[in-house]
Amino acid sequence: MSRSEAGADPRQAWQQAYDKGEKRDVEFTTLSGAPLAPLYGPEDAPFDAERDLGLPGQYPYTRGVHPTMYRGRLWTMRQFAGFGSARQTNERFKYLLKHGQTGLSTAFDFPTLMGYDSDSPRAKGEVGQVGVAISSLRDMRALFDGIPMGEVSTSMTINGPAPIMLGFYIACGEAQGVSKAKLSGTIQNDILKEYQAQHAWLVPAEPALRMIVDVMDYCSREVPKFNTISISGYHIREAGSTAAQELAFTLANGMEYVRRGVERGLDVDAFAPRLSFFFDSHLDFFEEIAKFRAARRIWARHMKEKVGAKDPRSWMLRFHTQTAGVSLTAQQPENNIVRTAFEAMAAVLGGTQSLHTNSMDETLSLPTEKAVKIALRTQQIISEETEVAHVADPLGGSWYVEALTNRLEEEAGRYFAEIERRGGVVPATEQGWIQREIHRSAYAYQRALEQGRKKMVGVNCYNEEEGKVPAIELHRIDPSVEKEQVEGLRQLRAKRDAAKAKGALDDVRDAAKGSDNLLQRFVAAAHADCTIGEIADVLRECFGEYKEPRIL
Amino acid sequence: MRDGSAARYNARTVEGTSKSPQPSLSERFARGDKGALARAISWAENNDPRFPALFAELWPKVGRARRIGVTGPPGAGKSTLVNELARATRAQGRTVGILAVDPSSPFTGGALLGDRIRMEERTADSGVYIRSMASRKSHGGLSRAAVDACDAIDAFGIDDVVLETVGVGQAEYDVVSAADTVLVVLCPGAGDGIQAMKAGILEVADVLVVNKAELPGADRLVVDLSEAAHIRTAGRGRWTPPVVAASAGRGEGIEDVLAAIEAHRAHLGDAGLAAARREKRVAQVRRVFDERLSELLWDRGGWTGRARGLLDGGASTYDVVARLVAGMAAQLQEQASGATPGRGSTT
Amino acid sequence: MSERKIRVLVAKPGLDGHDRGAKTVATVLRDHGMEVVYTGLHQTPEMIAEAAMQEDVDVVGLSILSGAHMELFPRVREELVKRGKGDVLLVGGGIIPYDDMEKLEQGGYARLFGPGTRTDDIAEYIKAEMGRRFAQEPA
Repeated sequence: MSRSEAGADPRQAWQQAYDKGEKRDVEFTTLSGAPLAPLYGPEDAPFDAERDLGLPGQYPYTRGVHPTMYRGRLWTMRQFAGFGSARQTNERFKYLLKHGQTGLSTAFDFPTLMGYDSDSPRAKGEVGQVGVAISSLRDMRALFDGIPMGEVSTSMTINGPAPIMLGFYIACGEAQGVSKAKLSGTIQNDILKEYQAQHAWLVPAEPALRMIVDVMDYCSREVPKFNTISISGYHIREAGSTAAQELAFTLANGMEYVRRGVERGLDVDAFAPRLSFFFDSHLDFFEEIAKFRAARRIWARHMKEKVGAKDPRSWMLRFHTQTAGVSLTAQQPENNIVRTAFEAMAAVLGGTQSLHTNSMDETLSLPTEKAVKIALRTQQIISEETEVAHVADPLGGSWYVEALTNRLEEEAGRYFAEIERRGGVVPATEQGWIQREIHRSAYAYQRALEQGRKKMVGVNCYNEEEGKVPAIELHRIDPSVEKEQVEGLRQLRAKRDAAKAKGALDDVRDAAKGSDNLLQRFVAAAHADCTIGEIADVLRECFGEYKEPRIL
Repeated sequence: MRDGSAARYNARTVEGTSKSPQPSLSERFARGDKGALARAISWAENNDPRFPALFAELWPKVGRARRIGVTGPPGAGKSTLVNELARATRAQGRTVGILAVDPSSPFTGGALLGDRIRMEERTADSGVYIRSMASRKSHGGLSRAAVDACDAIDAFGIDDVVLETVGVGQAEYDVVSAADTVLVVLCPGAGDGIQAMKAGILEVADVLVVNKAELPGADRLVVDLSEAAHIRTAGRGRWTPPVVAASAGRGEGIEDVLAAIEAHRAHLGDAGLAAARREKRVAQVRRVFDERLSELLWDRGGWTGRARGLLDGGASTYDVVARLVAGMAAQLQEQASGATPGRGSTT
Repeated sequence: MSERKIRVLVAKPGLDGHDRGAKTVATVLRDHGMEVVYTGLHQTPEMIAEAAMQEDVDVVGLSILSGAHMELFPRVREELVKRGKGDVLLVGGGIIPYDDMEKLEQGGYARLFGPGTRTDDIAEYIKAEMGRRFAQEPA
């Protein structure tokens, strides 16, 4: 094949025609900034179908974790909800269940996420603002009032005090007469990404990791249907990372949790099947699909080949997806419905197990009921009208998608090596290196946006006249929520058996200083009406507080 | 863009609209108002024409504080160590002032000053004052401003002044050398011992701190540094910098660091300390002198333009300087015999 | 000859941990030649005002995504006034409904920048405003 025969080679002929052709003056890169070829062919995407892709439900699960995929069961439509008081969120839960939602997902307010009671001075102005305030078992019981806990699966997005909250949940189930073995759901409980991106933490890494292993241990014995960690890339991505960074840091965190469990002497096949993942679905359709596929492949290979897990369920990466909050704009907010639809479609084509679609008004405040309903309807339109859910991994074998999948896997591999060089994920986080990597990407994207190299409709192109306030209705939190919560806590403290509460806190302290399983003590403390702030204070006293490293 | 409301907002917050008599900065300073101390440091930093007069009032109170310099490569854990030293000295009932110097960007002149993040617990303590300072452009100017800032903190009545700089270069050493005792902080891995020695840390260190002593390689670093320090100083009647292992992140070894500082001060003795301080003051006089001279002669004399002209006329560098120096000498004589320069009249 | 630089304190008040915006803005202001003190997360109004006073900053920038803006901006301003720093230029951003922004601006609490604002516009605003104020100060 000499050059003189170029005319005979269609690929070269195309290349010449391409080189001569006019091109628009934009950057042809992925959303993460990786350069893209104008066309992908077999030479760009070398893969061995059997070794690298497998089949749905087969190792290495690149094409999905179930043999039937969505023909067997659709993804769970799980809208994150929570605001104000437990009673108000309970109403929203019932509304969502009535409209066809199939699982519950709880957002907590910042005081709860940081382990403070609603009446703490640190909580002022923030009670019930971005999620529900849960300070005690009493609040938890109000949250699930009239909802059969043995029948719905519940996801709880909380990390620093996650083991305490799980204690409330288990105690609440017991109060409803539901045995621990019947409780199903997911607790986020992913502290590493909190240090790296989301920043709602309680104690330093070592004691926090010990509590996470306590949860894995306890649940593998007592609450077998509960997913004990939702290893989350979502917040890493929302903090500004690229797709490759989201993939790499999330999986590195997951590998660390597994290592800690194994170090404790737990059987990996007893706890690993209960680890799940949580990713972002951003606007770069193909890059996102490739990310989900690469994630499954990397995890399966790690768990089987490096960790030596035997149970295929330990190899499977199951994940929840949320559409990208950062892709939404305050300008022309209705456009957000369209963005969210594309992102949701990518999650479905990427084989997600559950999905949250964002509401159009979330850059301005908590979503209104109408906006939430449209977001849920978006998922229903995908599942019922588009016919995309009938075929597993429909983009498998696409040269472009396979090339992206390979590239993301390689990029992640380079990050794993650097993390290793830094002594592991905990030192890399304590040094602030991971946070700086994320900040650099966020900053680069912001500059690209401001210089017009990347576009956002309504922000740096197709803008409408400035100063036009979007005429959408906003959801506001009634300030009386804080008062109600404070009063509720006062009553709780007055009415509870003080000696019993103190005893339960002493037991928590003993376990914290020793090595007994803390989750067991948290369940007992919940029954004794101890509050989240009181329990967290004991942990802060025993372990100290986490201090953020310098990033800038 | 909501111009109307922005204008209303601005109108309410413009400075200097109130005409009521306010206490002077030196009055507020004397009353113990930290805001006045902060403003005094800004004046020093900005080379504000009001600073020399204020400084004259502070001068009698300068010289009581213990001054500790802390330097070392990035990532050695200096801020964490400073935070722990402050915690420990506060526990002894002493007040602490911290001056944290970070580099300015040579391209934009801006700076990110992030050291407070590691000292957050100290912010709420009324016995602690923390100030971040950017290195700005010239290292001579930085050292001058940093010493002025230390003097101001000292005159404010604070017991311990901790001066922290990031880096391993001459500029950073020049800054910290204004302290009575200089700590050089290293850690295994990041601040490789041999590299640091090449960069001359042993010249400036009175105490060597091996931080993050829990990491592998710390023991080796302690041994290497001790040997190097010993070889350099043994038998010459000089102070041998002790090497102290610490783990600031865990609050370990802090007492040992404080003990080493005290040992160094004891070694100096009152007379030695006074002599060292006098030499350091001479260095500061020299810095101010250089700045004044440059400002009086070069800036105000319009010498940049003259240099251009001479160069255009074909003169070499040294020819230009010889002609300029002669011209400056004439200008100085003229000024000495008549008009006082009166700084501040032109800003 | 005065060598004044604009000094800015960037802080995250309250308990929300979303610091992407705050860190990006801090970096942009640095690139515009300002000296930016970054105090990090979970700051109380007292801590912010105390740092602003000790650092003698000209500008305080707050980023709030927790919904607590109506509580936090007035409290930070109050704490600044208590420490003799009532003249600081207070700016802010985050997830804040437009009519709350109007209320806070009209109340004289802060100048606010909504989602999607170009960070360069924030820097230019600060430079213009501080340029005006520096020029008005007594020599």
